[in-house]
Amino acid sequence: MSLAYQIVVCGSIVPDPLQTLEPVTGPAGPALKNEMMLPAWLDPWAAHALFEGAHLAKAHPGSKLTLVSLSPKAKLQQVMMTVAQKVPFELVALDGPANGFTDSAETAAALADAIQSLAGRDPARLLVFGGWESASRGAGTTLQVIAERLGIADVFLGVDSLKVAGDGSLEILERVEGGKHQVSRCAGPPAVLGWATGSLPEPKNNPQVGMLNMRGVMPALQKAKPVKIAAEGMAFASVNVPKQLRETRIVKDASPEQIAAEIVQWIKS
Amino acid sequence: METILFLAHTETDGSLGKPALEALGAAKALSDALAGSPLVVGLFGADVQSAAAAVATCGATKILAVAGADFAASRYATDAAAAEALAKTAGATLVIAAGTSRLLRCLPGVAARLGGRANTHVTGLAAGEGKVTVNRWYYRQRMEGAFTRVQRPWFIVLDPGSQPAWQGAPGHATVETVAVTLPDSAKRTTVAGFREPAADAQTIRPDAALLFVAGAGWTKKQADGQTHVPDAEKLIREFLQLTRASLGSSKSLVDLGGEGQAVLSFLSHLNQIGQTGATPRHPRGLSACCHGEEPHTVGWRFVNERRAISLDPNCGWARGKADVLYVADAFAVMAKVNELLKSAAGA
Repeated sequence: MSLAYQIVVCGSIVPDPLQTLEPVTGPAGPALKNEMMLPAWLDPWAAHALFEGAHLAKAHPGSKLTLVSLSPKAKLQQVMMTVAQKVPFELVALDGPANGFTDSAETAAALADAIQSLAGRDPARLLVFGGWESASRGAGTTLQVIAERLGIADVFLGVDSLKVAGDGSLEILERVEGGKHQVSRCAGPPAVLGWATGSLPEPKNNPQVGMLNMRGVMPALQKAKPVKIAAEGMAFASVNVPKQLRETRIVKDASPEQIAAEIVQWIKS
Repeated sequence: METILFLAHTETDGSLGKPALEALGAAKALSDALAGSPLVVGLFGADVQSAAAAVATCGATKILAVAGADFAASRYATDAAAAEALAKTAGATLVIAAGTSRLLRCLPGVAARLGGRANTHVTGLAAGEGKVTVNRWYYRQRMEGAFTRVQRPWFIVLDPGSQPAWQGAPGHATVETVAVTLPDSAKRTTVAGFREPAADAQTIRPDAALLFVAGAGWTKKQADGQTHVPDAEKLIREFLQLTRASLGSSKSLVDLGGEGQAVLSFLSHLNQIGQTGATPRHPRGLSACCHGEEPHTVGWRFVNERRAISLDPNCGWARGKADVLYVADAFAVMAKVNELLKSAAGA
């Protein structure tokens, strides 16, 4: 039994992790200093979700892959220049803040509304993907709220593998404690999957895919709906970069035997 | 005044895990700090009686439970139904729970269902002037925020290892059962079991006293101009067997496998720590052949005592981040470490 899926990937943008990040207090609460100047990426785990979604869509002809992104659209446009070259997808852009200090419930509400508005949405074919946590808020709470708003009862978090069985059921491997995976079988769509790393390498850039995608990406960015996202009801007392500089004792010119003896003594103390 | 619900699931043997007891400790402390805020215990699982007895003396005004075969396995729909029923029955305004994979998956959805909010990966919890303040990290452990919120119920999900565990004698528990009727839609998913490496090949040990972090340097050319990946694999595996340490890895080392390069066969993305991996909590950490600046070092943000072996005395991974940096060849040092550990084990 082969089903054409409607795969919707929720993914936002995050600053390049190699950048120095500094919190500042703005009128709407905490934010990042020079946030709009920082180079950005598609959130790493959301990117894995996108690649896994593309892989699934390719294996099931007729499937459609949609990326729904709530981000500042000027930054999203920059990120799309690269991401759009990876895999074919349709973009639905929402123009709003993507920093880690916003409330996931508000983000989820906006994303769920966007998914509900998708033309031809069919719950019997719908798979909602995303990263299991963002690299900004790092909460892992958005997808569950989307599931609740869409009335989806099957949610999986920390997914590393999705296989479609012959009867259309889904075998899903989720990360659990102690380096294990829980194996679950879900009857089929609709389901929400928060992806961890998955198993696919990052696709190489394909300019032809990029050109095809950009035909839809630019109009999607132009009609991106502005969304007001704050952190209603939250009051930050502080946001700080920890000062964790340690006084490192540097041991040079010691023999491997001496170092080993010190390490063993430390381990056993 | 709040009504504080300590919410937990039982483990497969019916007990409560250490993270749950840590959450109970935090819930109890919060109840004590907020005058007139009763503590209620809410448990769910196949059979909760022994777990209830284990926490009977914690000072809870009542112990609520959702029990039965349908609630044995970790499944979103049934876990959410159980948690929703317990929170509603308790009239909870604050729900304190441990950040287990099971609760992290279901509680944000339950909070949404009840019109509340959830904050996960909370590492600090305090009450002052009648307000609850939580601490959590942002941008992959690069900055820490403290905040309050007005929405209720507020689900506060604590990172395991961040709080002292509640300790108390077991006692007789009177459990109030909360009935939950599950629709068929809640059983569309079945749990088929678990997949894990063979016991002697399992390298992730969350309760280990030591985290060993292997970097990409293990797979690079050594002084003789050759790579020695099999030797590295043997040394690391032996060290893990001798110390029962948990193994962490840098992203670059894990990624090498996907690029077709020789890598350590027992490594997977589950071992990865740092920006796109875990930030485990262990009392001690020893890294070897790791390199990188600040963003990469968040992987051992929550490791208390840290030592590193590296050939580079200015290595950003270690300098200013580790307590001790040994400037040496990790192959030679770890071979000697294993020799000493073996002789100590044989003595």
